[in-house]
Amino acid sequence: MSEMKNIKNLKEFSTSADRFEGANLLCPGCAHSIIVREVLNATNDDLVLSASTGCLEVCTAVYPYTSWDASWIHIGFENGSTAVAGAEAMHKALARKGRLKQPDRNPKFVSFAGDGASYDIGFQWISGCMERGHNIMHVVLDNEVYANTGGQRSSSTPIGGSTTTSPAGRVSYGEKKHKKDMVAIMAAHGIPYSAQVAPNKWKDMVKKIQHGFAVDGPVFINAVSPCTTEWKFDPKDTMHLADLSTDSLVFPLYEIIDGHELNITYRPKNVVPVEEYLAAQGRFKHLFKDEYKYLIKEWQERVDKNWEYLNRREEARV
Amino acid sequence: MAFDKMELREIEVWDGNHAAAQAMRQCQIDVVAAYPITPSTPIVEGYAKFLADNYVEGEFVMVESEHAAMSGCIGAAAAGGRVATATSSQGFALMVETLYQASGMRLPIVLNVVNRALAAPLNVNGDHSDMYLGRDSGWIQFDAYCPQEAYDLNFIAFKVAEDHDIRLPAMVHQDGFMTSHTAQGVKTLSDDEAYGFVGDFKPMNDMLDFEHPVTHGVQTEEDWHFEHKARQHNDLMTKVLPKIEKTFEDFAKLSGRKYNLVERYDMDDADVCVVCMGTSVETAREVAGEMRAQGIKAGVVGIRVLRPFPFMQIAAALKDVKAIATLDRSSPNGAAGMLFNEIAGCLYNTDTKALLSGYVYGLGGRDLTKKHLVDLYKELQANVDAGKVTTPLQQFIGVRGPKLSFL
Repeated sequence: MSEMKNIKNLKEFSTSADRFEGANLLCPGCAHSIIVREVLNATNDDLVLSASTGCLEVCTAVYPYTSWDASWIHIGFENGSTAVAGAEAMHKALARKGRLKQPDRNPKFVSFAGDGASYDIGFQWISGCMERGHNIMHVVLDNEVYANTGGQRSSSTPIGGSTTTSPAGRVSYGEKKHKKDMVAIMAAHGIPYSAQVAPNKWKDMVKKIQHGFAVDGPVFINAVSPCTTEWKFDPKDTMHLADLSTDSLVFPLYEIIDGHELNITYRPKNVVPVEEYLAAQGRFKHLFKDEYKYLIKEWQERVDKNWEYLNRREEARV
Repeated sequence: MAFDKMELREIEVWDGNHAAAQAMRQCQIDVVAAYPITPSTPIVEGYAKFLADNYVEGEFVMVESEHAAMSGCIGAAAAGGRVATATSSQGFALMVETLYQASGMRLPIVLNVVNRALAAPLNVNGDHSDMYLGRDSGWIQFDAYCPQEAYDLNFIAFKVAEDHDIRLPAMVHQDGFMTSHTAQGVKTLSDDEAYGFVGDFKPMNDMLDFEHPVTHGVQTEEDWHFEHKARQHNDLMTKVLPKIEKTFEDFAKLSGRKYNLVERYDMDDADVCVVCMGTSVETAREVAGEMRAQGIKAGVVGIRVLRPFPFMQIAAALKDVKAIATLDRSSPNGAAGMLFNEIAGCLYNTDTKALLSGYVYGLGGRDLTKKHLVDLYKELQANVDAGKVTTPLQQFIGVRGPKLSFL
């Protein structure tokens, strides 16, 4: 069995052995690389990784280079989860047959995918992987948009967000539909662990990733990934945006154990108004016109209601 | 718990599906990721039963679609082990994206394709539409005409695909229902003989070797994509057919059954011949014999390996014949048939004066009768006698309504 990696402070965490190189083509200020390093650095065990087609994939494995110092595979947009599930099945088979080259290792199987590759096109594949009980972790790098292809809406795009396929215009406030609640859907598969994480709350992140690696069975992680390009903020402000997302409770941090036991893992001391979160991003700029201000009010009400729901779920212990 | 071996009789009565499932069992596959679809479902069911009865030691992953089946196979193959699955028709069509990915990533997966028509209209019966859909996908494609061949070609497919000089996935085709659900005598190999022939899987660039991390499935744009595709094509064009021929020879030594890239029947002195695939080859052979009794020197050329296409071997097989009919069991939908085009390509720039005509038949499981073939051979003989093609270049046979012909 593997030992849980003990991480004392951020300096030690950020300088631990890198299996994801800084040499990649992601935008300056992209949260993807931060999240990936946090996930990988949570363990010293060997890794089998996949990336679905998207920003992370096209920016880290451009032949003849690779940013990955770990086993890594990309097949397509929708099937990164199943790629890792296939590798996990092979690991089981070879272990049973006594053919593993390093039988003493305890590898972790992780698939990374964007919200488009998870909420939309890869939804069925992820659901299949969760239902079948593979010992894998699926991590969504959730920037709420198809960033790799230039900013089209996905089913993770929140209401009021302006994207290239749900643009704000003279008669439109942008995206008309609410973000899909993917954590709840995945938890409903009865998987041992699902959680929402954020790169700014790295201790919470590491705890959850380590919890995910320790359980036997599929794990679903939704990581908020502020996108400097499509959310339209200055690259230096990535962590500020992540702070606003968690502290406004737009992205509450919680976990769901065995599909039902919900624990809130971060309670901001000072809750930031949703308006501040929205105001920091160009994609919501139009909501501050007089005729759309009611939407900001509705945003706040929705976030409050969700927070109340999460708290009541936690209290209920069911 | 170690798995059990199975005692087989020297000759078993198996349909094509069961023959393929038995071959998969004997190859000791490490991971099968699969999804059921008519008419290949019994392969997946058969394999599941072997697992339930402890005749299989590997992992069996029943996924939620054919696309996921091949995706799981790709992940498993990249992890480093023997991988196979089975599908048909719509499932094959759903898999197409991943077929290109499997071959481009040079992963030796074996796919049993029980050939079936493609919708619309929906149809569960046999034709070669799915086989044709896969022909540019970079896979090796073997074609079985009967259950015995569906059994044998699985061993050959693993042996060729997994060779480190080849590292390409391979399909074994058989006709839906006509082969897959028709029980015939199948001469078996013992479990030890069969496994001894395919040998242990030898991993290469395996993701589970943690001392040598590897990146699979990279991005290449205009700077490298062409070179990758060109190398894959080069290996298909130069390495695969010699490897298949060598494997056919090795298999003949083991089993006494000799396969060829192009299966020639009564071709030594043939004046007229048909070129076809699947169960139709056996029907055509029988009719060719009957035509000879009527004084028409008829022969049959069966395609055993559709990809890589045995261009030179077909040209050689057809060089002395006077009239050729190609039989395509897939609607060309606005062109000459695939076999018509391929055979024309083989013969162009050669010294042959052979007359070439194309026939489309058997779509959606419509029978190809002996009468159809008798008439066809007679048309070919009429072409020879007239010194020109006396019919349209493309004729549909066995379809209701007024005679349908083009070109």
